[in-house]
Amino acid sequence: MAKVPVQFTLNGSETAEFVDSGTTLLHTLRDKIGDTSPKGGCHQGTCGACSVIIDGELRLSCLTLAETCDGAVISTTSGLSENGILHPLQRAFLDTFATQCGFCTPGMIMAAKVLLDHTPNPSRDEVVEALSGNICRCTGYEPIIQAVLTAARSNSQNAA
Amino acid sequence: MAIRRGRGVAAINYPTGMNLGGDPTQALVHSTPTGNFMVTLSSVDLGQGMKQIMAQICAETIGVPTDRVVVDTADTDTGPHCMGTFASRGTHRAGNAVIQAAREARQVMLEVAAEELEVNASDLETDGQGKILVKGAPQKSISIFDVALSAHFKRGRSISGRGMFLIPRSYPEKETGAMKPSTCYAHACTVAEVEVDDETGEVTVLTVKNVFEIGRALNPKMVEQQLVGGSWMGISHALYETTEPYYPNRDHGGTDFNQYLMPGPGDLAETEIIVLERPSADGPYGAKGPGEMCANPQIPAVANAVFDAVGVRIDTLPITPERILRALKAQAAN
Ligand code: FES
Ligand code: FES
Repeated sequence: MAKVPVQFTLNGSETAEFVDSGTTLLHTLRDKIGDTSPKGGCHQGTCGACSVIIDGELRLSCLTLAETCDGAVISTTSGLSENGILHPLQRAFLDTFATQCGFCTPGMIMAAKVLLDHTPNPSRDEVVEALSGNICRCTGYEPIIQAVLTAARSNSQNAA
Repeated sequence: MAIRRGRGVAAINYPTGMNLGGDPTQALVHSTPTGNFMVTLSSVDLGQGMKQIMAQICAETIGVPTDRVVVDTADTDTGPHCMGTFASRGTHRAGNAVIQAAREARQVMLEVAAEELEVNASDLETDGQGKILVKGAPQKSISIFDVALSAHFKRGRSISGRGMFLIPRSYPEKETGAMKPSTCYAHACTVAEVEVDDETGEVTVLTVKNVFEIGRALNPKMVEQQLVGGSWMGISHALYETTEPYYPNRDHGGTDFNQYLMPGPGDLAETEIIVLERPSADGPYGAKGPGEMCANPQIPAVANAVFDAVGVRIDTLPITPERILRALKAQAAN
């Protein structure tokens, strides 16, 4: 079968790939481009581990076909730090011990980032709502909720 | 028909490790030419933080900063022997083996330093920052970096050590049946408060208050993290998790983990964790195994709270709305 050319911006860099029609974005990112920050948990849209941001919206890369991403702007957790300085969400996840095995962490951070981009000072309920599509088997969620609230606070302190 | 409140309490003893054919773990420690230390293990880090704890234990024993230690748990084919990561045994069994190996490596390190400084090895101490000093004369010192270089390139010494920690198999005494199947008990107590809807059978856990006695907390933040996650898993065992949720036909059950019910971020009970530290005599720096027991006491506590709320004893897990309604019906019939 003929390969399909796709071009998109990944974490600020122009990226081009030839993909098989029907290939998921998750597979393309991890196995072709080598960005392994999105994780494959269920490959059917229920765990959130593969979450990425496409044109500002939270998306499940396991349910997104790579060929539909032509011209898109895509962010993953591996592109969050700048010049070696961790993003406030990454910092907060570390500082509040919100990660154990770490498998859910990139997806959680993507979900939290979209929330904070739209709602810089979320309530606890808004955080719970934003994370409700992401499964964690280790932490019991509370440390993750606290990490997101901590990141929001540190953002607003920096802005002030 | 009403929402009824109940409160339940439960306490547990929890053993560390197991008693099959004996319970060994082996550890090897060696220094690199530049004075970093490698711990080689076959014990696996499942996300609970074993590598961090083993690095701390090795660093504490040798007398170097934790970031000078690298833990390799790579390969059970080629690495030293470990029974595995289960039965809450990792910190206790592997930790003791690492202490033994690190002590031996430290001894060689001090002997090489003694030759370099022309003093007696027993007169040396570490400062924990990467230096070895003469006791009482700290101006006379040598860096561990230089000691390792000397060992490798000048003196032909291997700064290394072997550790093997074994709890031998315990057989029952013929006469009495008495045996010692496990070592080093951790303890926990939980009070759970629930609301039970006696019309729908639905249980809401309002609060869980846990006290855990875990020996010494070698890394207090990681212990807390383990206990918070574990307490949530205890609630999950008590009320949600089963591969056969629907009675009576198995065909209605889940087919994969997507349908395996666990509480999500919106179902969390208000959770309190208190840690009591009573260092254990045979644990590495006093540690016990808090691993699995952190998810245990919540289960009987919730079952007792349900009994307190609506007067029925559910003795099959999980405590589903269906089981509660059936029990209430049976109770009304009597
Ligand atoms: S891997 Fe995409 S939602 Fe689970
Ligand atoms: S930290 Fe292990 S799944 Fe979330």
